[in-house]
Amino acid sequence: MKMKKYTKTHEWVSIEDKVATVGITNHAQEQLGDVVYVDLPEVGREVKKGEVVASIESVKAAADVYAPLSGKIVEVNEKLDTEPELINKDPEGEGWLFKMEISDEGELEDLLDEQAYQEFCAQE
Amino acid sequence: MTIFERSKKGRKAFRLPESDIPEYSLPDRFLRRTPPELPEVSEPDLVRHYTNLARKNYSVDLGIYPLGSCTMKYNPKLNEKAANLEGFREIHPYQPVETVQGSLRLMYELKKMLCEITGMDDMTLQPAAGAHGELTGMLIVREYFKNRGDTGRKKVLVPDSAHGTNPASASMVGFEVVEIKSKNGMVDVEDLKKLLDEEVAAVMLTNPNTLGLFEKDILKIAEMTHECGALLYYDGANLNAIMGKVRPGDMGFDIVHLNLHKTFSTPHGMGGPGSGPVGVKKHLVDFLPFPQVKKNGELYELFVPEKTIGRVRSFFGNFPVLVKAYTYILTMGRDGLERVSEMAVLNANYLKKKIEKFLEIPYNGFCMHEFVASAEKVFRETGVRTLDIAKRILDFGVHPPTVYFPLIVPEALMIEPTETENKETLDKYAEILERVVKEAYENPDALKNAPHNTPVRRVNEVLASKKPVFRWRG
Repeated sequence: MKMKKYTKTHEWVSIEDKVATVGITNHAQEQLGDVVYVDLPEVGREVKKGEVVASIESVKAAADVYAPLSGKIVEVNEKLDTEPELINKDPEGEGWLFKMEISDEGELEDLLDEQAYQEFCAQE
Repeated sequence: MTIFERSKKGRKAFRLPESDIPEYSLPDRFLRRTPPELPEVSEPDLVRHYTNLARKNYSVDLGIYPLGSCTMKYNPKLNEKAANLEGFREIHPYQPVETVQGSLRLMYELKKMLCEITGMDDMTLQPAAGAHGELTGMLIVREYFKNRGDTGRKKVLVPDSAHGTNPASASMVGFEVVEIKSKNGMVDVEDLKKLLDEEVAAVMLTNPNTLGLFEKDILKIAEMTHECGALLYYDGANLNAIMGKVRPGDMGFDIVHLNLHKTFSTPHGMGGPGSGPVGVKKHLVDFLPFPQVKKNGELYELFVPEKTIGRVRSFFGNFPVLVKAYTYILTMGRDGLERVSEMAVLNANYLKKKIEKFLEIPYNGFCMHEFVASAEKVFRETGVRTLDIAKRILDFGVHPPTVYFPLIVPEALMIEPTETENKETLDKYAEILERVVKEAYENPDALKNAPHNTPVRRVNEVLASKKPVFRWRG
């Protein structure tokens, strides 16, 4: 199983088997502007879908990042500590935030596919 | 160059008078081992240094300063004159109260006037500025519920358009902050209804809100908040729009904070000094911080309210700011303050009409003292952002509006002209803004590299946020 999905709160989720990699979308980083600080969750933390798990501070604003799915945080992108600008440079690649082990695959159905997300952004 | 870098050993800009008291030797442990590191400059060096710094600055005495949410109105010089009167200037906070009756009377009368303006029952003048007022208000909320044994109230509701200080103040006091969604730029009453339960301690609102819109459902919101047992908190940042027209107390608010430095015209910006009095309704007066001033016959006295949250500031707050606000209120009078609000609203609407011709106004309707424009279309079509527009405005010798706030408007420009600008100034400002927007289409690089004519060019905001340097020597 391999797929990429999106949320209405502008996270992307790349799923491979039971592990999901999460970041913020290109659209979200454009809105935020230059990122100066990222607060990442602790590895091992159990999170519920919709819970605030990270926050991103830019020169303009601070924004919360929500868990797109329920599960356990298994890895965080430590590079962001020193290079938060990766989120602006490559939001959907090197600028990933954390990886999590999914506990409920049923929740995948609530996520948007790329087309639905683009339509959502256009409306917003 | 700092004043320390100008220093040359032996230069002086002062001469101390001959000492007329006998010498006295201090115990050795109180003596310092090294001389203090103070700059040594001559009087011309000193005067030129600070005059040059002042020339690089911009202030409301130089021109329009329409920073939304900040109420940068002109501050009458009479206020300064009053604050500089010897009787106010030369007193000490430890003096016996019998010897500072005039100052106590001023504080007593000021809080009475502010209570009248806001519809509250009593007030503390201690908080040093708006956010400090919010913190004081939230401490009162916490103490009120603790006193009632109602300890399950852990949440404070704040709209998504609120000033960032609201959620910060609530969370500093230990509350969990929950966001209320906006609908058409106002609090979504349906969303609020879903969020209100027995865990909610307070709802914090600004009215008019940060979009410059009057929350029409305020009476309904107050009723719903009180029905669930919570308190309603008023952020007074936008009081300049409603003086003499409607009072927070009559809208149903239990606690208000004011920003004397905004609404009541005392100089502010770049860190103060401000003043953020907090007013409360009867059921909360016993929780106010101490000392409080009361009148006993002909004498003014200090007292400690029965269930006080304690002291929130040393001595009596920023006292000279209180003198300036008191002077302003007496100068304007009741009718004058009402006219202030009328003119503030009229000026904002006039400027909005001019600006809507070339910038989008996302929640466009009749606005109060400020409005929010969006440069999202300009960004989409030219790649020029609101930040670039703001920087380019500086080149025309005026101050840009507040940018990127409130967060619910993309590429926001928040404009509050205040009542003290005349029609010609507003026309000129609209012209500058129109020219800058036009330039975005014709020569976007001129904006992206702006400002070009200021003493300091574009600063690196990322570096400033990541590695701020606060001292000149490491």
